[in-house]
Amino acid sequence: MREIAAQFEKPVLLFSGGKDSIVLVHLAVKAFYPARIPFPLLHIDTGHNFQETLDYRDELVERTGAKLYVGSVQASIDKGRATEEMGIGASRNKLQTVTLLDTLEELKADAAIGGGRRDEEKARAKERFFSHRDAFGQWDPKNQRPELWNLFNGKKNMGEHFRVFPISNWTEMDVWQYILMENIPMPSLYYTHKRRVFMRDGIWLAEAPFMELKDGEEIVELDVRCRTIGDISCTGLNLSTADNLEDIVKEVAASRVTERGGRSDDKRSEAAMEDRKKEGYF
Amino acid sequence: MDSKAYLDMSLLRFTTAGSVDDGKSTLIGRLLYDSKSIFEDQLLAIEETSKRKGQEEVDLSLLTDGLRAEREQGITIDVAYRYFATPLRKFIIADTPGHIQYTRNMVTGASTANLAIILVDARNGVLEQTLRHTFIASLLNIPHVVFCINKMDLVGYKKETYDTIKKELEQLVVKLNLRDARFIPISAKYGDNVVDPSEHMDWYNGTTLLHLLETIEINHDLNMTDGRFPVQYVIRPQQKDHHDYRGYAGRIASGIFKPGDKVKVLPSELTTEIKAIDFYREEIDEAQPSQSITLRLTHEIDISRGGMIVHQGNEPTISNNFTLDICWFNEKPLDLSKKYLLRHTTNELKCIIKEVNYRTNIVTYEKDFADKNIKMNEIANITLVTAKPIFYDSYRKNRTTGSVILIDEGTNETVAAGMIN
Repeated sequence: MREIAAQFEKPVLLFSGGKDSIVLVHLAVKAFYPARIPFPLLHIDTGHNFQETLDYRDELVERTGAKLYVGSVQASIDKGRATEEMGIGASRNKLQTVTLLDTLEELKADAAIGGGRRDEEKARAKERFFSHRDAFGQWDPKNQRPELWNLFNGKKNMGEHFRVFPISNWTEMDVWQYILMENIPMPSLYYTHKRRVFMRDGIWLAEAPFMELKDGEEIVELDVRCRTIGDISCTGLNLSTADNLEDIVKEVAASRVTERGGRSDDKRSEAAMEDRKKEGYF
Repeated sequence: MDSKAYLDMSLLRFTTAGSVDDGKSTLIGRLLYDSKSIFEDQLLAIEETSKRKGQEEVDLSLLTDGLRAEREQGITIDVAYRYFATPLRKFIIADTPGHIQYTRNMVTGASTANLAIILVDARNGVLEQTLRHTFIASLLNIPHVVFCINKMDLVGYKKETYDTIKKELEQLVVKLNLRDARFIPISAKYGDNVVDPSEHMDWYNGTTLLHLLETIEINHDLNMTDGRFPVQYVIRPQQKDHHDYRGYAGRIASGIFKPGDKVKVLPSELTTEIKAIDFYREEIDEAQPSQSITLRLTHEIDISRGGMIVHQGNEPTISNNFTLDICWFNEKPLDLSKKYLLRHTTNELKCIIKEVNYRTNIVTYEKDFADKNIKMNEIANITLVTAKPIFYDSYRKNRTTGSVILIDEGTNETVAAGMIN
């Protein structure tokens, strides 16, 4: 965190309301204490967020005194910068990339801090802490700089920026244990709650006005919780009655499926994440 | 296991070196698989891919190949990090390719490793790549090296074969002056001596690889003697409630710091004492290597990022002219006429390469004074002159204050990694 603040002029912290970005904010608060976090938070709002996510975000901003910018995917669609996907299985996940790159440019941000971890997914296993993105915001695996010892090279030319992933080496278990140890308040979605859901391709998805149902898909009300949080359109919910952090940790430890195994945006193809990153995604 | 115990678990970072045919990826896959660290959906994914590729058994090496190009070619191109844990310890594996054209990747993975696993195919014995891999482990000062003599199943699990190879490796250990070397006969494919003891090698009395990884002592590898604190960031809130607060934030490179310690500030060489050590909202009594803390000093001394706080009486070398071993990373060869940027701890300054002293042959370990044209993946010894003096220790004594990277000013690329003599 301190290295980022020292090497870049206008870093922003990408905040999604998910556990990884929540941990990042907590780490930033600790890193600069007693001063405030010297960079703002940026939330890319798809318009398809769970309401709980938005509420949590606003409360966090107030609690930490951090500055918040919101990039709106709906606004990008309205401006004609992005095209809405239609039909069954449509999602605004990919559209986020356009909004993200446009907003970063507007803010003249030279570094975007994200909560990506290497253990999350195959394409992230090779990601650097300081990941260079070219003038088009794109990631070229062949251009990434070697990172030795604790020395990070954040040098860049005009128009280029970096994505930085401070918790690259943390596993899902590490994140939850840290949350537990530091007693960080979490969005209610992570805890068990009753929700109207339907099953599609082996995953429970949440009911929402913009979610089209296929024939045969039925809505039921179940006790569920999220293990990872994305848009409503691509976040799988797990059947669970875990209502406190200790139980969540036990569930994670006993789990047989990776955290992102419940994300339909990764399932689209084997190299889904890699392709999205090449375009400029997180 | 409770939360506190999990976070107190020590962390072992290790590299795995071996060529594509040595079974290194199979070994990693086996460690992850047998320690139950791979998830159901990951296993399903590789089972499907193995079937599609027409393989009969689950190809565990598929667990570690991430990028599209690699999956198509079947080899690893970059450093891949894998994470797993057993009840005793957490692990990070830096999996690096074994071909000579990826020496720079090996160097990268090795830089933060506590331990190196070097694979030797029992059918072939010590090969050129074994010499290379061991050299890199030695150059990067990795505290522990474990030689795994693999594919014992293909040599009938014979003790004589293992002993012959072990003897040759022991000579290597002496030649390179390795700090700590171990030897284990294994079969990654069938699991012998990887996680569970082998049923086919009664003559072997040592531990399994995983048990060694779980129990090897790494505390003693930290430098607790030489107090070095590079200043990373200056915290000055200048807010109403913290009006006069001035803290020097950073990560302890080595040594132990306590409030009251008499210290010297570099480069000014002014002396003072540590008033307090802040860790978020608490003041702590002692700070150890790798901890990120904030120091407050008794006197108001002007220090900025790049400065260093050290103990009086135990100080680093201060100089702008020194020699170091480097690994050249860039496609463009070393150019004596160019100006480079040096990054050393939190410092960044211009430098020039005054001279190439010799090139090191990483197979014979000989010094080549004739061919001084340093190309990508080559190791050389050079003399560097920096714009201002830096405060360093030899790399053999201190991996943090003895390491540097060189950056090309024009392209911003990291062109070399260096270890100060």
